[in-house]
Amino acid sequence: MPDRPAIWNFLLGRLSLSSLPLDNMIVVWTFVAVALGGGAVLAAITYHRKWGYLWNEWFTSVDHKRLGVMYMVLGTVMLLRGFADALMMRSQQAMAFGSNMGYLPPHHYDQIFTAHGAIMIFFVAMPYIAGFMNFVMPLQIGARDVAFPFLNNFSFWLTVSGVVLFMTSLFIGDFSHAGWLGMPPVSELRQSPGPGVDYYIWGLQLSGLGTLLTGINFVVTVIKMRAPGMTLMKMPMFSWTTLCTSGLIVVTFPILTATLFLLSLDRYIGTHFFTIGAGGNVMMYVNLIWVWGHPEVYILILPMFGLYSEIVPTFSGKRLFGYSSMVYATASIMLLSYLVWLHHFFTMGSGADVNSFFALTTMMISIPTGVKIFNWLFTMYRGRVRFTVPMLWTMGFLFTFTIGGMTGVMLAVAPADFLLHNSLFLVAHFHNVIIGGVVFGVFAGINYWFPKAFGFRLDEFWGKLSFWFWQVGFWVAFGPLYVLGLMGVTRRLSHFTDTSLQIWFIIAACGGLLILLGILAFVMQIYVSIRRRDELAVGNDPWGGRSLEWSTSSPPPPYNFAFIPLVHERDAWTDMKKHGYQRPLEGFNAIHMPKNTGAGVVLAGLGTVFGFAMVWYIWWLAALSFVALIAVAIVHTFDYDRDTHLSAQQVGEFEHTGNWEPKAQGATA
Amino acid sequence: MNHPSPSAPEHGTPHPGDHDAGHSHHGSLRGYLTGFVLAAILTIIPFWLVMGHAISSSLATILIVLGLAVVQIVVHVVYFLHLDTRSESGWNMLAFIFTIVLVVIVLGASVWVMYNENANMMPMSPQYTNHRQGS
Repeated sequence: MPDRPAIWNFLLGRLSLSSLPLDNMIVVWTFVAVALGGGAVLAAITYHRKWGYLWNEWFTSVDHKRLGVMYMVLGTVMLLRGFADALMMRSQQAMAFGSNMGYLPPHHYDQIFTAHGAIMIFFVAMPYIAGFMNFVMPLQIGARDVAFPFLNNFSFWLTVSGVVLFMTSLFIGDFSHAGWLGMPPVSELRQSPGPGVDYYIWGLQLSGLGTLLTGINFVVTVIKMRAPGMTLMKMPMFSWTTLCTSGLIVVTFPILTATLFLLSLDRYIGTHFFTIGAGGNVMMYVNLIWVWGHPEVYILILPMFGLYSEIVPTFSGKRLFGYSSMVYATASIMLLSYLVWLHHFFTMGSGADVNSFFALTTMMISIPTGVKIFNWLFTMYRGRVRFTVPMLWTMGFLFTFTIGGMTGVMLAVAPADFLLHNSLFLVAHFHNVIIGGVVFGVFAGINYWFPKAFGFRLDEFWGKLSFWFWQVGFWVAFGPLYVLGLMGVTRRLSHFTDTSLQIWFIIAACGGLLILLGILAFVMQIYVSIRRRDELAVGNDPWGGRSLEWSTSSPPPPYNFAFIPLVHERDAWTDMKKHGYQRPLEGFNAIHMPKNTGAGVVLAGLGTVFGFAMVWYIWWLAALSFVALIAVAIVHTFDYDRDTHLSAQQVGEFEHTGNWEPKAQGATA
Repeated sequence: MNHPSPSAPEHGTPHPGDHDAGHSHHGSLRGYLTGFVLAAILTIIPFWLVMGHAISSSLATILIVLGLAVVQIVVHVVYFLHLDTRSESGWNMLAFIFTIVLVVIVLGASVWVMYNENANMMPMSPQYTNHRQGS
């Protein structure tokens, strides 16, 4: 507690002026830039009087499509933040050799790699997959919304709560320096007395709760709300992978919550679950966090596998090769992902028998993954492949991810892992699978479903440019890390003495710059496409799609389908087109819809205040916000005015908009 | 286990004349009383075993108490949560079995891993060497 009158300590906890990192000029300038940029955005919204629109149409929306888009925006904003961290690390490592200490002191550098890892996984990859699942899955299964629309809105705002706490740590106090998984003993109170680890814990607790609720929501939606006739084995692959990923979320995120809760007990009330000495065991934390952590990477990659399984058949003009084997591969990956976590700590000393078991299960999981790769290749084989932007990203994935998978099998060999563990080889490997698998998938999916969400395609030229910069930049950035890792360079170092290594880090930094160009090209692609939206306008089915989302307008009406489709075959939309489906243009019925509500924003806002108060030991505020949180939740359950009806006439108006056919040149919306 | 295979039809709308909204059983007074009595008995036995020192071997006591706890879970699930193979077309049972499999994997493998970690790594500290010899 700071040295000052007791009343201040009561009111502000350990928060004081010295908590502001005014001594760190990088952070100060970042703050100035963020304040100016953020202020400009807020001023623009106010000037154009858009607050009411944003609040009524987006923030309080329970529409899965709007929430999906908001998740994608959140993911993109945080991608820029996480990537800024990455560029700082690459530039620091490229210059900090010999007598040059670089520009980042070790304490700051440690926070940067922790923030980079945690943000990229929790606030880039997770929002992106939640965004895709939200937007696409209900449309694919012919549903009008998810099972629990309000819960869906609440989940999104809980994710935002986590983001707010993480971003606050940049300017008030500091962030955790204990790595993206917050391993004790470094994350314990004795080694990390500051607020950093607490920011990390409460940010993840809030967003983790949101993810768990999303998982429950989607499992129920897929199981209960499929269109008539769509049996599980007629369901599109992306919906299948959504089901499996949501199942994994439901069973693994409670483990993360419990583990972080134990760590916070250690930090707040002096228990000894993970401290060394008073009977605690650090190894238990490592074990528990990876029981969650390994399924987590499959939570990220499975929806992407589903997404590629939609893109490849569409652009090959063929049905997916080996649909059943794809389903069984997905299901077996789901189960096997629960049996491999120890490969993250072969070197901790479990002994040869335990290590062999987990090494074998790890190698086994590459079999269903290999099945999928061959299925995609055979789908393309003798197909009429169209090399559109989504297809380019998919082929980049096939090439990059396969190599990443093979280095993964190398790491699965326990004796080899004793040499490669904690080296840059490992860093290169997981970036190889996460960038090659998840990030490439995200861009493939954005290019694929953007026309469905907004009614116009994304510009091809900038899309291809973005793809090539990312693809080449990835290999230039991470190829050298493979080499360095094999030479024995360990990860997370902010300074090196052996100057012969410097050239490799300089090459890697150049790769980072190429990826920067890829990201800028992506931003440019969005900008250019919005400017040219009239000439890029599309109808309901721009790609010759195969599943039900292409049967409704672009963007879809709030209720998705005026009449719930009847499904007879896999690839339901292809089947409908084959049988000359004619869209009904009259005879509409009123549709029962959920009402928008601000309760999710209020609840998550109170959660953010609670997290902030806990971080700074402001106990009165923590108690107050917690009680308010519970009270608002209870009051909300008594709000019975939750639904409304769209009249048949309103439905008719939606069904006669221009969103169904490509607009004529020069026509206005 | 006779829940339908995953490919069996499970549509949203059809099921004419089905029990409404899928709530198959709400339980009866008789069911709740049976559950309550069973749960009470299963709670009293462990208390008696521990407080009355009924069995001299503490290991045997622990194992019996753990076994009774498992039976207790089954009683709760059957009589209070009304889990059977028919509710929600078998999905509830499938989810329950999936959960059990995962819990067994997580707990069993964690115990196995931590036992080995402890045996291999902890003797380095004298405090733990003494502890292990003592137990």
